[in-house]
Amino acid sequence: MRRFVLIAVPYFWLLALFLVPFVIVFKIALSDAALAIPPYMPTMKDGLSAMFSQLDFENFVFLTEDDLYWKAYLSSLRIAFISTVLTLLFGYPIAYAMARAPHEWRATLMMLIILPFWTSFLIRVYAWIGILSTEGLLNRFLFWIGAISEPLTILNTSTAVYIGIVYTYIPFMILPIYAALERLDASLIEAAEDLGCSRMKAFWLITIPLSKGGIVAGCFLVFIPALGEFVIPSLLGGSGTLMIGKVLFEEFFSNRDWPVASAVAVILLLILIVPIILFQRNEQRQQEAEG
Amino acid sequence: MVETVFAPWDDPNTAPLISFKNVTKRFGDFVAIDDLSLDIFEREFFALLGPSGCGKTTMMRMLAGFENPTSGSMSLSGRDIAGIPPNKRAVNMMFQSYALFPHLSVWENIAFGLRRDGVAKDVLNARVEEMLKLTRLEKFGRRKPHQISGGQRQRVALARSLAKAPKLLLLDEPLGALDKKLRQDTQFELMDIQEQTGTTFVIVTHDQEEAMTVASRVAVMDEGRIIQVATPEKIYEAPNSVYVADFIGDVNILTGPVKAVGADTYSLNFGGKEPVTAACDRTFTEGETTHLAIRPEKIGIHAERPDGSNAVQGKVLDIAYLGNLSTYHVQLPSGQIIKAQTANTRRISRRAFTWEDPVWVSWSATAGVLLDQ
Amino acid sequence: MNRLSPFNVVSLTFGFAFLYLPMLILVIYSFNKSKLVTVWAGFSTKWYGELLSNDAFLDAAWVTLKVAVISSSIATVLGTMAAYTLVRGGRFFGRTLFSGMIYAPLVMPEVITGLSLLLLFIGVGMDRGVMTIVLAHTTFSMCFVSVVVSSRLATFDRSLEEAALDLGASPFEAFRLITLPIIAPAVVSGWLLAFTLSLDDLVIASFATGPSATTLPMKIWSSVRLGVSPEINALSSILIGLVASGVIIASLISKRHSVRIQQEERAAGRFENN
Repeated sequence: MRRFVLIAVPYFWLLALFLVPFVIVFKIALSDAALAIPPYMPTMKDGLSAMFSQLDFENFVFLTEDDLYWKAYLSSLRIAFISTVLTLLFGYPIAYAMARAPHEWRATLMMLIILPFWTSFLIRVYAWIGILSTEGLLNRFLFWIGAISEPLTILNTSTAVYIGIVYTYIPFMILPIYAALERLDASLIEAAEDLGCSRMKAFWLITIPLSKGGIVAGCFLVFIPALGEFVIPSLLGGSGTLMIGKVLFEEFFSNRDWPVASAVAVILLLILIVPIILFQRNEQRQQEAEG
Repeated sequence: MVETVFAPWDDPNTAPLISFKNVTKRFGDFVAIDDLSLDIFEREFFALLGPSGCGKTTMMRMLAGFENPTSGSMSLSGRDIAGIPPNKRAVNMMFQSYALFPHLSVWENIAFGLRRDGVAKDVLNARVEEMLKLTRLEKFGRRKPHQISGGQRQRVALARSLAKAPKLLLLDEPLGALDKKLRQDTQFELMDIQEQTGTTFVIVTHDQEEAMTVASRVAVMDEGRIIQVATPEKIYEAPNSVYVADFIGDVNILTGPVKAVGADTYSLNFGGKEPVTAACDRTFTEGETTHLAIRPEKIGIHAERPDGSNAVQGKVLDIAYLGNLSTYHVQLPSGQIIKAQTANTRRISRRAFTWEDPVWVSWSATAGVLLDQ
Repeated sequence: MNRLSPFNVVSLTFGFAFLYLPMLILVIYSFNKSKLVTVWAGFSTKWYGELLSNDAFLDAAWVTLKVAVISSSIATVLGTMAAYTLVRGGRFFGRTLFSGMIYAPLVMPEVITGLSLLLLFIGVGMDRGVMTIVLAHTTFSMCFVSVVVSSRLATFDRSLEEAALDLGASPFEAFRLITLPIIAPAVVSGWLLAFTLSLDDLVIASFATGPSATTLPMKIWSSVRLGVSPEINALSSILIGLVASGVIIASLISKRHSVRIQQEERAAGRFENN
């Protein structure tokens, strides 16, 4: 009996507050907009059969017709992908250096990587506004050292979004890679060098493949949320940068078109299902490898 | 004066404390315990001995209640215990890793089981103090497990498992983590405590020396089956199979067809120059392949052919010097190696035999055991 | 591997500089007399004063704190239950779905979770306000708690639970008296994680809230949409200071604790034959 309660309570909570909402999103994606509260039609009050007969794919068709949406999806994919690659390029060396650091330092280094994570994400992104704007600190610094004569426009471009995403998500890339590298047996590298590998080669042939699990986990932990990011493109990207999270938010709050917003969400979810399943598979494989 | 020997298994009027009847345990396709039947009596110090994977730990976990048999029945004091959860059995276990609760003091660890039973405060205190005294841990009651040494932790685990005075105590490889000297001392301590408290102990071990030292009876297991259950002497001197003979101590096996040559006497042709004679009260048919098992210490080594039967010639291939004993590996013309062990009654420089020496090894007709498997 | 190669030293230095410079800049400029980032007009704490007398900010902070404490506490209980189920539950009906529901919110974009929850609240006709934010935060936080606790439970020595059962404890007693005290640090970090996520959340709160409830992130958002604001700099510095002290104190405590344990173990080992 107790076992049932143990499983049931969180299970039903999640069913009610996670699964059911998704079903509702699907349903509304198939509904029509209305000047009513709630701003969609049909509602439950119209009766079940009436409801089902009035549902249609109109909104989804609309998404394909209007340029904005599929451009936003593609742009989001592109930005998320590039940001993930950049985060990996910057994050791996840091994780590697942490894994090679003397043991006494490691706890402190971990703490230093995690500390920004505990600080407000919104505030840290906001800080970049002051740095990247045309009168901001970066331009003033470059000007001062004579690297540029004209201020660079970084804010309100996709470059700022890349910087923002890398900055915010880099701990999520560093931690899984660090964990994988820490578990790596140093004697494997020594064995490789003993057998004639150069330092560089040993790195490419041994270290990288063995940290693959961490790399994959880190990439998913960046790519999937970055795809639906809202705050960073809104604060740093300006109107020129299209990201689907921003589009969804605006559809919902500014245009009050809930059915279209829901349809946008459904498509985004469908795009994400494959990476999410791959991420879960990777995690399971990792757990089995350790267990 | 006749000494009463402790042997309840020989007495048909004594009911066993634990009884396994045709117990089988399967994990998916893997058969861990195969149609096993066994009786264990009160006040025994019973050893389950066997290699890894033979099923001894599974048997123990079934007694403790952490596994249930797939078929067959188990009873404790005559009552069927299948389905009774571990917290409701009068059985306690001493875990291989000790499983001491790290956040509780030694005192609280020992008191844990008594508290679960709602024992009255003064009775509980007295009992815990008694256990601390029994295991010589009086000064360490306040300490936490990480503040005491490995040997002390082992004693806490023992005290904790005895606190509730269980009918049956299960010990899962209890001495594995101790170094040799400590292990030997602890073996005798365990035997003393077992006699003092009168508890039935069942110990699981892969160390045959340990089993032989502490146990009143040993069950040699392999692949989920019990091969032989007997007292240590019988296991050593009268194994029922080559497996048991080989598992315990060192043994020489000569294999070949037999022929009856007298009352309870057989002649075995193992491929040497002459056949050897062995006394055996079992019956074998003529020509049946049997194995003669002889312990190395029963084999004498001589420079010249000695009198009596069972003398074989060979060459000293190797000598294993163990301080008090030497084991001579003698190679016979057939290629087989016989191990002969003698005490080093003389100092090494005056040793009679050395490598490459031609020697004779001999044993009496009653020195070995004839086995059919 | 006692010395770091120059490449590694450079990586670490740049890495940490990259992470910490923006925060440092915020703190410095919160003391800037001038509103602008570009001009340093001298040291001043006036923005802190303005911030602390701004009622709207203080109300929002209070709401945010309330929501964070309540939602993280409930999330910790639910998340621990879920973790126990996942690690020890074995096979049960609907296990794949359950595990999917636990892991999905970790990577789901917040706009989707937020949207779906709002549609739910409207659908059942619930009044939106503090309560709905709490429900929303509890839901996604419990998944994070579950991940933290289940990773600890997975490495937990089961023989300790078996020993408790063997000595007469019921399964629930074994959990309460043995497992829980030992995994407590993981449960506490789960709570802290849930607390931080709730404190920091903008998107989901925006969806789930009603006219009466404004959280601090929402207040910050409406301010920064218009550009740099010195009060926000002050607020940021306060938050950064609080978090930094919290994290540093926590690591110092845990470091001292583990050093002490190590010393005690070593001392015990020396008296082996006692």
